[in-house]
Amino acid sequence: MSNALVPLPVVLPLFAAGIKLAIGPRLARTQRGITVGVLALIVVIAAVLVHQTDAHGPQTMRPGGWPVPIAVVLVVDRLSALILLISSVITLAVVVYAIGQGSADKDEATPLAVFHPAYLALVAGVSDAFVAGDLFNLYVGFEILLTASYVLITLGGTGARVRAGMTYIVVSLVSSMIFLIAVGLCYAATGTLTMAQLAGRLDALPDGVRLILQLTLLVAFGIKAAVFPLSAWLPDSYPTTPAPVTAVFAGLLTKVGVYAMIRIQTLLFPGDRLGTLLLVAAALTMLIGVLGAVAQTDIKRMLSFTLVSHIGYMVFGVGLATVAGLAGAIFYVAHHITVQTTLFLVTGLIERRGGSTSLTRLGGLARVAPALAVLFFVPAMNLAGIPPLSGFLGKLGLIQAGIAAGTAGAYAMVGVALLTSLLTLYAICWVWNRAFWGERRQVPEPGQVIEGRRGIGGTAITAAVPPPAMTGPAWALVAFATAFTVAAGPMVDYTRRAAAELLARAPYIAAVLPS
Amino acid sequence: MSGTAVALLVAIAALVSCGVFLILERSLTRIILGVILLGNGVNLFILAAGGPPGGAPLLGVTPVPQMGDPLPQVMVLTAIVITLALVAFLLSLVHRGRQLTGDDEVRDDEEDRRVIARAEREMAWGRIAEETARVRRIEAERGRRAGRRARRELRAAVREERREIRRRLRAEWERQMAADDPDRAIDTTMEEDTR
Repeated sequence: MSNALVPLPVVLPLFAAGIKLAIGPRLARTQRGITVGVLALIVVIAAVLVHQTDAHGPQTMRPGGWPVPIAVVLVVDRLSALILLISSVITLAVVVYAIGQGSADKDEATPLAVFHPAYLALVAGVSDAFVAGDLFNLYVGFEILLTASYVLITLGGTGARVRAGMTYIVVSLVSSMIFLIAVGLCYAATGTLTMAQLAGRLDALPDGVRLILQLTLLVAFGIKAAVFPLSAWLPDSYPTTPAPVTAVFAGLLTKVGVYAMIRIQTLLFPGDRLGTLLLVAAALTMLIGVLGAVAQTDIKRMLSFTLVSHIGYMVFGVGLATVAGLAGAIFYVAHHITVQTTLFLVTGLIERRGGSTSLTRLGGLARVAPALAVLFFVPAMNLAGIPPLSGFLGKLGLIQAGIAAGTAGAYAMVGVALLTSLLTLYAICWVWNRAFWGERRQVPEPGQVIEGRRGIGGTAITAAVPPPAMTGPAWALVAFATAFTVAAGPMVDYTRRAAAELLARAPYIAAVLPS
Repeated sequence: MSGTAVALLVAIAALVSCGVFLILERSLTRIILGVILLGNGVNLFILAAGGPPGGAPLLGVTPVPQMGDPLPQVMVLTAIVITLALVAFLLSLVHRGRQLTGDDEVRDDEEDRRVIARAEREMAWGRIAEETARVRRIEAERGRRAGRRARRELRAAVREERREIRRRLRAEWERQMAADDPDRAIDTTMEEDTR
């Protein structure tokens, strides 16, 4: 069934980015209005799509009206609709924060001329990856979001960002090449790239060929999702970027990789072959990530390592390949996008108030800025998985799925997941003790320039009490994450239905290829 | 297997292997060359994936059974455009990197640098420990008099080693600070322009 809403999350931000590139840094207020307006509209569209896919099954759109193997078909099912909704909410919050930061830094020209268009292109690429019903379109979506992220990670061209950007770009390029090779292999083996058609034709291939295709795709997505041993690029490249960019990268980009993994593991290569491999990778990702986090002395680096570590939870769910496991993974994706973004935004606020993100220099912030302390405490406890927050519910779902699976590997994973959660709590508590409790150390005077940190356009940051335009989005995201707890029942039911739909395959294929 | 297919296969193998070799280099300029070669290799691969060659896929020009598959060509076209844009971006990054640090090297990450510094320190202390053992041996074998000179040499060597470590740390730190300072970078650009 054709639905005109499906392409809008891709088309609207691209269109807005084009307008912005055309007018440059002029008409500041109108431009901000366009960005916020477009992103808010996408939230509404995504919410409608969630409702429609839940009520009427997967929604499709064939641009140009061509029949399916020719048209580059766009598909939204329950999984992509939910992730689209969560990602559009956080992109909206982050852009409001970025606008607040721009006006706080008196640095508005660069953000408007470069940050906004690149950010909108990033949103378009992320949406395109979520709605792609075609393997090559998925590649194009990845390229759009990666190219935009190259611009965002080297924004301002400061030394640290160029250094970190080089590693990030080279690694991403290699992963794109591997993905492109996989696309070519799939086409050579089956003569189609439409995923619904691939699903039928791949089943008929010899086992060895299928294994090569699956492994190539998993390696490509594993680099993007930062699954160990393909994760070393992440903790070094994320911390140097400005707070809003780190927040949206940490929240979204790795999850696009996880989404692609879920998609190919359920639609293209059903059954739990390579499930054991994924479980081992998940366990190593969790442990090595969290051990890295425990050893850090900088909040941003510590959070980047926990990001890697918690990707392991989602891969755990995917590796189980049961309804409960996938439902847990989908819930965890939704939870983790929100909480990781919030934490990086709050770290930006800490940097502005405390003058640093280094744990050797911060101290006693709870007394200086009690509101900021609450703002950090709630998402931090959420990340560690303290009940009744959504992190607890997500981990509970995955652990129940692991116990229900009942194999020795699944039980081992449950143990690793619990240990990781405990170590995350340890790392978070350490940050809390050092930065918020203890004696008050040097908190910079308002107006003092913060050394070694740069704003969006590469200008210096001055210490100040963060304006409401920056704290507001952070509070909104904390409230949004708390809403997961309040609406946990319906949400878990929804993720179960999404997982059942993914494993059944038939609804997706029938929606794309009506016989 | 036809002659064209074998020729394509050889070309793909050559391009991809050269590309992978160049991507493993330190210099970003070489990495860019590697990306170009690898990209072209992969594009040829997709073309080869399209099956045997045929006529132009236009209705009325070629009979339908003799048409070539147009889809791989469309995909390759997209991939070429993407590679072109990325190469342009990488070149600007090389230029910026050269402005900031004087070369286009892809640096080690922070954790690696920390590990390297620790290893260097341990190696230096290892050398000193060896030297100390040697001096003790000389003392034991040839008496205090000969030992005293060796001991003096050892002290000088330790001082030199310490100075060397400190110098290296300071140079690294200064390079970092300079690279993180956009104002200084802009100055060097202007110098270059006037030169």
